[in-house]
Amino acid sequence: LRHRFAARSEQERDLADATRRRPDGKHEGDVMAVYSRRDFLRGGLAAGAGLAALGGMPSIITAQGKEPIKIGVLHSLSGTMAISEVSLRDVVLMAVEEINAKGGVLGRKVQPVVVDPASNWDLFAEKAKQLLLQEKVATVFGCWTSVSRKSVLPVFENNNGLLFYPVQYEGEECSKNVFYTGATPNQQLIPAAEYMMSKEGGSYKKFYLLGTDYVFPRTANKILRAYLLAKGIPKDSIEEEYTPFNHQDYQTIVGKIKRFASGGSAAVLSTINGDSNVPFYKEFGNQGLRSENAPIMAFSVAEDELRGMDTGALVGHLAAWNYYQSVDAPQNKKFVTAFKEYAQKNNLPGGAKRVTDDPMEAAYFGVYVWKQAVEKAKSTEVDAVRKAVYGQEFLAPGGKIKMDEANHHTYKPVLIGEILKDGQFKVVSRSKGLVKAEPWSQYTSPDKGCDWVKEKGTYTKKA
Amino acid sequence: MMRTLALVLLAACLIAPAMGHAAAAPAADVERALADLAGADADRRDAAVAVLGGTGDPKWLSFLAALRDGHVYGRKAGGQLEIVVAGAKSTRADKDVVELTSAVDGTPRGAAPVADLVEIAADRRLRIAIKPFLEADETRGQLKSPDPGVRRGAAIKLANAPDPARIPVIEEALAAETDRWVRQALQEALALARLASTDADGRVAAARALGGLHSMSALPALARLAGDATAAPAARAAAHEAIKKIERWTILTTVVETLFQGASLASILLLMALGLAIVFGIMGVINMAHGELMALGAYATFVVQNVFRERWPQQLDAYFLVALPVSFLVAAAVGVVLERGVIRRLYGRPLETLLLTWGASLIIQQGLRLWFGAANVDVASPSWLSGGVPVMVGLTLPWNRVFIMALAAVSVAGMYALLFRTAAGLRIRAVTQNRAMSACLGVRAGRVDALTFALGAGLAGLAGCALTQIGNVGPSLGQNYIVDSFMVVVTGGVGKLAGTILAAGGIGGLNKSIEPALGAVFAKVAILIVVILFLQRRPAGLFAARGRNAEA
Repeated sequence: LRHRFAARSEQERDLADATRRRPDGKHEGDVMAVYSRRDFLRGGLAAGAGLAALGGMPSIITAQGKEPIKIGVLHSLSGTMAISEVSLRDVVLMAVEEINAKGGVLGRKVQPVVVDPASNWDLFAEKAKQLLLQEKVATVFGCWTSVSRKSVLPVFENNNGLLFYPVQYEGEECSKNVFYTGATPNQQLIPAAEYMMSKEGGSYKKFYLLGTDYVFPRTANKILRAYLLAKGIPKDSIEEEYTPFNHQDYQTIVGKIKRFASGGSAAVLSTINGDSNVPFYKEFGNQGLRSENAPIMAFSVAEDELRGMDTGALVGHLAAWNYYQSVDAPQNKKFVTAFKEYAQKNNLPGGAKRVTDDPMEAAYFGVYVWKQAVEKAKSTEVDAVRKAVYGQEFLAPGGKIKMDEANHHTYKPVLIGEILKDGQFKVVSRSKGLVKAEPWSQYTSPDKGCDWVKEKGTYTKKA
Repeated sequence: MMRTLALVLLAACLIAPAMGHAAAAPAADVERALADLAGADADRRDAAVAVLGGTGDPKWLSFLAALRDGHVYGRKAGGQLEIVVAGAKSTRADKDVVELTSAVDGTPRGAAPVADLVEIAADRRLRIAIKPFLEADETRGQLKSPDPGVRRGAAIKLANAPDPARIPVIEEALAAETDRWVRQALQEALALARLASTDADGRVAAARALGGLHSMSALPALARLAGDATAAPAARAAAHEAIKKIERWTILTTVVETLFQGASLASILLLMALGLAIVFGIMGVINMAHGELMALGAYATFVVQNVFRERWPQQLDAYFLVALPVSFLVAAAVGVVLERGVIRRLYGRPLETLLLTWGASLIIQQGLRLWFGAANVDVASPSWLSGGVPVMVGLTLPWNRVFIMALAAVSVAGMYALLFRTAAGLRIRAVTQNRAMSACLGVRAGRVDALTFALGAGLAGLAGCALTQIGNVGPSLGQNYIVDSFMVVVTGGVGKLAGTILAAGGIGGLNKSIEPALGAVFAKVAILIVVILFLQRRPAGLFAARGRNAEA
């Protein structure tokens, strides 16, 4: 190993090569890519020599004398999704720091390579390719929106990469190269609707499905509608409506909800995307509606989004997730404090006021699941790690989780929470034990299943 | 053990009469209920909840709440299980330790590690059993709340689940109520509860009352009564009558509501476009940074709010009044820097100006992102802009929208006064019409340009400040509004204030009349199609342009 690296540091004096390759000592992988070759040359030959020295031998050889394991972090740090994804990068880097502080994985340090796909779906695929082919990372933690995941999917499948995807999503996917640590519809949507219909949740009988116009709300509402119809809710008691991205004017829709909910027993199931929630809840409150008229059950509002909101109008409404910052468990207290300290120490915007939420927890335990799998497989080789992930258990901040034995998803608890004045959630209902993930909803695709052990991914169930 | 303890406490309560109620020995059935709760038999646990809830004693109600929230534990003490309620939790020597109080009399029982206690878990079934007792109690408490909003919420809850047994509670609340809209909600709840009773005369009166109240929420119940063949004919007729009355009223409120919504959207569009109408319309500068100037105004509001939060938390509500002029000045200052710094070198080169202002918009945007972070920031509505004014039954006009309408009107009036009633306005119009001639006549055209641009930018800042009350504040705020702003100005006709006003009104009104039928996504598409078709026929907009722009 030493040999090869000595040779490589020779090469690194070649400036053309240096423009292509990220110097190893640096963590922000993108820095080099944005410089054109000419800019770089203009930047000074002396600087080039300095970089070569920095990127050379000393920094990449750890105390144990072993090469670090590179992992990719693929979250948007600019553009519209930065609001959500920056926190995921932060929490992944924190997990890596924790792991390194305890000696790394297989005695090797973990070295994160952070790239910025800038909320641009095509760039996601490009950056994923860069991580897999140029950086040769062992695994990637990344993506938030479904469209970004769909965009990188072929890259991971064609190059046999490994992606840990930490966000709840609409399901209907079963990739050999992705581990889904977020919830599937049956771990979030269905239990929430079930709760609203139960005596405890308020025995609601009319449902207003409101969402932003893109793939997750459309699929989510398709599944919810199928579920509600299957549970005997008549068709005309279900209303479905979509708004464009960044929609700000909810006057008409709130007026409609007011009329829909008159007479009680109506609830709103909201898949409105983060940003449009403030105007929606504000308008809802300002037009004189209260959670007593019609409670709003939200699937996309978590603590991190509530940070940027005036929460007054949201109090008493509900959300469904698998984790809340308020979960009362010793390991969660440690996690929350550690994250606040991490944010403060690294001067992240928000500092000690930062909060943790469901996708962050899923991103965080994803890193540990990968670590355990690597240690079990004694290798970072993708196929070996994948098999080692199956059945892996971990005491996550929100409680024990378990990776499925075959379908690449995660057993999780389901928690219904009520929004409090301080932007936190009070858990009002909790699933009994862990819920198994169903990538294909039994209400919309009863004949399909996902299994990578006995079958080859998505298969058709025999009648 | 428990008995002796109770005796000791009984003695204690004789010494300290203030403790009297809390320390009384539990009745035998309560004691049995507590023992049942710790058991495994689900039916007996349900019955135990009924016994405890049935006492109506606040002590047992708060015990049930603690049970529901998972704070009740059993502790083995001398072969017997003592039921305790857990309080504050702390970590000592890596163990979670909770402060305990006795469930029976509320006396402290020291602290114990959670691991040593048996949790008396409230499963789903038990929580369902607990719920009605806590809710009835909660509603009673809420009906006495000093906040009319909370009282109204409780009244709505009573109306949603009409129960003749609750009539006395409602009547009592109604007698004490003074707020008009809470009274309305209570009267609705009362009539609905009476409607749910079996007394035929009472139901007729209740149906009439509901019709008189224009109660939209009574429609399903009335429809059920009207369709119920077993009900008394008089009651059914009264229900029919009431339904007709309520439906007529609903149509009226819907019309008024749509009108208001159209006016509100129009005023927002107008406020956004006004600054652009000055800069683009009068000066002919295609200002792509207009949206970012709005964002600056919004962030200025955020900063002012934070200063108030820190310095004068008592006067927090007043921050918005300070934020209005501050946001205007901040955006105007940045506007002056932009104009004097770069834009003035590019007059008469619209394409370069467009690129330049677009670049400026990216710089401002990323600057905001670096300074304030990528996440949205929280701008709280002052209490006088939260909520709404109920103008008629079934229609509440939100204060923030009423305020924005007023602000838009004031801004337009101010603009007209400035342009047509002052010397500065005269110079602005002169430079607009013929720059060379006015320069010859001694108007300092450069200064007028700077002033005009600052005015436009300031108006954008003001719009940004107002928008914090209805939308998000984030680095990309500007991008969300810029398209709408340009649409309004171009449709109105570049260079004419009246055109901008009319276009804002037209687009707002059209949007709100399409949206109920077609949905928000399609309404937006339809508006764009209408605007494109309109501009095909009249490329110059509603009012043809004059001035510098038309000459070019």
